[in-house]
This record gives sequence, structure tokens and C-alpha cells, in this order.
Amino acid sequence: MSDAPQPPPAQDAANDKFRQMELWISTVLRIGVGVSLFLVLGGTILSFIHHPDYVTSRTELSQLVGPEADFPHSLPAVAKGMWNLQGRAFVAAGLLALIATPVMRVLVSIISFVYQRDRAYVAITTIVLALLLFSFLVGKTQ
Amino acid sequence: MTPLEFTLITFGISLAAGVLGSLLGLGGGIIVVPALTLLLGIDIRFAIGASIISIIATSCGAAAAYVRGQMANLRVAMLLEMATAAGAVSGAYVAGRINSVFLYIIFGLVLAYSALAMFRKRHEHIGDPAPPDPLATRLRLHSVFYDRAARKEIVYQVTHTRLALGVMYVAGVLSGLLGIGSGILKVPAMDIAMHLPIKVSTATSTFMIGVTGAASAGVYFARGEIDPFIAGPVAAGVVLGATAGSHLLGRLQNRHIRIVFVVILLWTSLQMLRKGWSGL
Repeated sequence: MSDAPQPPPAQDAANDKFRQMELWISTVLRIGVGVSLFLVLGGTILSFIHHPDYVTSRTELSQLVGPEADFPHSLPAVAKGMWNLQGRAFVAAGLLALIATPVMRVLVSIISFVYQRDRAYVAITTIVLALLLFSFLVGKTQ
Repeated sequence: MTPLEFTLITFGISLAAGVLGSLLGLGGGIIVVPALTLLLGIDIRFAIGASIISIIATSCGAAAAYVRGQMANLRVAMLLEMATAAGAVSGAYVAGRINSVFLYIIFGLVLAYSALAMFRKRHEHIGDPAPPDPLATRLRLHSVFYDRAARKEIVYQVTHTRLALGVMYVAGVLSGLLGIGSGILKVPAMDIAMHLPIKVSTATSTFMIGVTGAASAGVYFARGEIDPFIAGPVAAGVVLGATAGSHLLGRLQNRHIRIVFVVILLWTSLQMLRKGWSGL
């Protein structure tokens, strides 16, 4: 990211800590995206190695993307599929890593605001996390 | 179509959706859903599942650069996220008790108004002095960013914080109810109410929509609506497109970003009004 503009000169330690948080959040996002991309690409390649007919067959697609498609959609199923070196389980794990990334980003911002002793924003980011977890629970029971 | 062809076509479309989404602060659903359903004949459930993944991928792919380059205003993002998330929770709570026909019409009219208001701002210079907002000052929302196209640092002040919080709450309710509009209401709220520069508005929206998407993605995943064979190439394409787009935003002209956004606002507004009208 050499073309990223330079930040304005820090006026005091508070600015330094805020800048530090920006770099942490940026790093968390990069790691999340990197892990996700690695698993998705690796899983896709694995699928095509296991099923060479995916390259030529015109009948397979409906079983993969049609309404009856079978794929892991729970944590145990994803783990079991990865153990069996199933390509689609690795792709699913990559998608889960992507979904977890924004949650990790909120966690890191709470920690950084605690470190900055910025009470207002500790409260704000904690409420965001609580609402995020709450909406997840509400959705799950529906 | 062979599975390989499907994977490559989906990847290519998602690449474009990622670039556009990261520049405009949108999740890419506006491209991904019609492309999957109309062009590739995918079931709408799986298309929506993939578009939720597209939202998170746009956000995570572009936000690393936006945060590092200080295009996204973190304090504004976190404050507004609180309002949207609260709105989304209440939206989910009242879902099913409200007639969605009227929601579509209200949503369509709000978008049409936003399009007009954003279009009228096209000749305004960024950094125009805004009346200082004591709440924004107390929450230290005012900031500065380096505009590569203008080759200078833009110092900006934030205003109407309470109004924006209210708008974002309503935006959250609507997106909780209708499953749409994560970015399309965030950008106008920051642009029209808070007077943020347009690039900061779209970058901050891009940063925020990841949380909005993640809130619902877990549920879609558990319900089996995120098919790895569809969402996988979408995630990879959108992430790479959004990363590329995030390095492009700084160089674009403000006016161009604004005009493209207004066109998409109008288009979405018409879609919503049509949906509401046909349900009456």
C-alpha cells in the first residue's frame, strides 16, 4: 500500500494512539481477507481436482447450484468436511472467516478505545458488539 | 454450462461488483442478485445469500486501505453503526407486523428525495464551512483526509449529528425489514445531513456495511442459503475487485462519484416504487 497518503503530523500522544488503532484495524481486515481468500481459492482448486468432470460436464451444475444442492452449513459439518479434504468445506470455512472478520474488527476497536481511555467510544463500540450478537441470536431463533 | 464456466463467469461479474461497490459504499447486491438470478438462473434464496457475502467482501476488501489512508472516518462509522444496528434489531422485531407495500413506497420516495438532494450539491466545494455542531465536536468527529485528485488535504467539519443518527436508525429498521439498503441510505445520510466529503461518505459507508452484513450472514449460513459453489467465487471476485477499487477512489473526481451514485439512487428508487405499486 505504498500509495496510501501519509497521515497528517500527529499533534499529541492521543493522535498517535488513534493512528495505532487505524493500523490495527487495517491489519485485522487484511488478515481476515487473506485467510478467507486462501481457503476459498484452495477449496475451489481442491473441488476441481476431485471432480475433473466439472471442467467438461454440462449436467453437473444443477446439482451444485440448484435448489437441491448439498453442502455443509453448520460448524461441525464444515469441520468434518475439511477433515475429509472436501473442497466445498474449505470454501465454506473461508466464507465463515470472512463473516467473522467484521466482528473481530469491532472487538479490536473496543480494545483500542479502552487503551485510549476514550470512555464515550468504548461505550459506543460495546453497544455495537452487543447489538451484533443480539441480532445473531434473534435471527437464529426465528 | 459447465461448473468451470459458471465459476469463471461468477468470478468475473463479482470482480466488477467489488470495484463499483467499494467506490460507492454499496454492497454490490445491486449487481450480484440480478446477475445470478436473471443471467445464471440461480434460485433467489441462494442469490441473496451470495449478496450478503458480497456486502462483507466489499467492506473487508476495501476498508483496510480506506482506514490506513484515513479516507474512512472511524469515529463517524462507529457512532452511526450503533444507530443502524439498533434499527436493524427493531426492524427484525416488527417484521411481519407491518405492510411491506407501504414500506417499499416510503423507501422509494426517500431514495428519490436523496437523489435530488445529492444532485443539487454537485457544484458545492468540499470543505465548505458547515455550522459547528457541539455534539460532533464533543465526539471528535471532525477530521481531515488527503484527496489525491485535488492533491491537497481536505479539512472537514461534521454537522447535524443527531439528525444523521435518526436517519441511520430508520435506515437500519428499513434494511432489517426489507433486507436491502445497507449502503444506499448511509451515503446520503453522511453526504446530505452530516456534510462529509463524498469520498469520505462512500469510504465510511464501505467500512460500515461489513458489520451490517455480518449481523445477518450467520443466520443465512445456518439456514443453508449460502452455497459455497456460488458464494465462493463471489467472495473471491468481490474481495479482489474491492481491493483494486479502494486504491482508485482517491484519484477520482468528486463530481463523477456523485453523479454515478445519483443514477443508482434513482434506479433503485424506481425499483422500490414499482414493487410497492404492483403490491397495492
